[in-house]
Amino acid sequence: MSKFEFPKSIASRPIWGTLEVRSGEHHLMIAEAEGAEAVIDIATPDLMAKTHLIYIPKGTDFSERLQALNPAQFYESPSYAAALHRIRRVLEDAHMGLQVYLTGTEGMMGQAMNEVVAVGLPHTAIQTEHRGSVARRMQCVHCKGVTEDVEVDPFVCSHCGLNLFVRDHYSRRLAAYQGVRVDAEDHGNVPEPKGIYE
Amino acid sequence: MSGAEKIQVKVTEITPLNELVTRFRFERVDGRQLPTFSGGAHTVVEMQDGGITRLNPYSLMSDPFDQSSYTISVRRDDQGRGGSLFMHRQVKLGDEMTISYPVNLFSLDLRARKHLFLAGGIGITPFLAQIKQLELLHGHWELHYACRNQALASYADQLTDRHPNATHLYYDDQSQVIDLENLLSGQPLGTHVYVCGPKGMIDWVRNTAAAEGWPEDCVHYEEFLAPQPGKPFEVRLASSEKVIHVGENESLLEAIEREGVDAPYLCRGGACGQCETVVLDHDGNFVHRDHWLTDEEKAAGKKIMPCVSRFEGKSLVLDR
Repeated sequence: MSKFEFPKSIASRPIWGTLEVRSGEHHLMIAEAEGAEAVIDIATPDLMAKTHLIYIPKGTDFSERLQALNPAQFYESPSYAAALHRIRRVLEDAHMGLQVYLTGTEGMMGQAMNEVVAVGLPHTAIQTEHRGSVARRMQCVHCKGVTEDVEVDPFVCSHCGLNLFVRDHYSRRLAAYQGVRVDAEDHGNVPEPKGIYE
Repeated sequence: MSGAEKIQVKVTEITPLNELVTRFRFERVDGRQLPTFSGGAHTVVEMQDGGITRLNPYSLMSDPFDQSSYTISVRRDDQGRGGSLFMHRQVKLGDEMTISYPVNLFSLDLRARKHLFLAGGIGITPFLAQIKQLELLHGHWELHYACRNQALASYADQLTDRHPNATHLYYDDQSQVIDLENLLSGQPLGTHVYVCGPKGMIDWVRNTAAAEGWPEDCVHYEEFLAPQPGKPFEVRLASSEKVIHVGENESLLEAIEREGVDAPYLCRGGACGQCETVVLDHDGNFVHRDHWLTDEEKAAGKKIMPCVSRFEGKSLVLDR
């Protein structure tokens, strides 16, 4: 099951949507891992004939099923970073009316959303749907380094090595949640890590 | 006192532009500087017309950073309620008038990478200020301006002279029409469209943009509604403990003000939402004319915008 119901939280926490088909002559879909299922759920021959689909497998294998939908363009990218140049080029050449669909992890959707906002589309116009891993992209508030795909709380900052508490405070600009030293007052007193939603 | 803060000004220039449009320049009576504003802002001009106080909103068209004076352009409407006729016929050079601080309900979205302006007739005025603002900020803009004919195309010469590549004119009498579908579909991602003109033009642009998949937040429009005359009716103002009579040619808001009740307002044109008033009880039908309440709210009959909306029926009680 690729869907997960996030528990209710503070206002800072993003709320992801459910993809729906919108009218428009051009569509850009970025699907990461199980996000492919969200694309399959809304795909129609008419929609896919106008769609540029970028798929980032991240260990999943939806490639054949996605290609069978006959998108106007299909690109399989080994990582989000590798897809970035293509995403920027597509946005640079696009015209108003382009519909953007992002689906996969929170980290990918947040980063891709920033790319779309940077070319002037309001964030409210971008469709999102969370699928697959609930891991978070975290920024360490102390060293500012970003650690990708964090699944446990607390975790060790991949840059400065501090033990960080996973907070629900989210930065749209950084596309990351905030990680704060968990043992700041009492060094070495670090709780046993467990899953973020456990 | 409700509404935006007031400024006492003197009329220092009256310039007829063509058969229908006249420009007025205002400077402060106390000689101090006027506040800066942002392109798209309007001011509410108070007119003492016989026994009636008229309060009409007009878009500021001068340079938003020029604090020495404000200018507005007024199109004479012979069928209107008289505000524009008052400006054209009664206002003289040197007259002192009261205007409001600038209020902006039609501001530029500065996140946009390009601003596409669509003007119909006198709807050109807010764009004149926005263009000056964008020129200072080195913004990217393009104007498509439709008018009845060349003689009535206010400021068209000035615009084509200063911005020949960004200004596109269309004259009805030469059967020239904006090629809207292609114009919109060809815009680069990150364009915002702004439309100011008659209702039909605003609807045309909003509908075409929506059909082409433009996000709602990228489509901006401004239409000031003038209150329309209607059947007289009675209203009970519960908090003020008054029963007032709304005449045929005045708005509900104007009648409330005439009775000395201080009611909130800003745009007086059904757009800003400031005058929203709670309906406590009613027996009859609302004539909702504003752009503020949603269709559900209008159907529910719990709220009314007294600046432009009216009531037909036996009784109406407002929480005012």
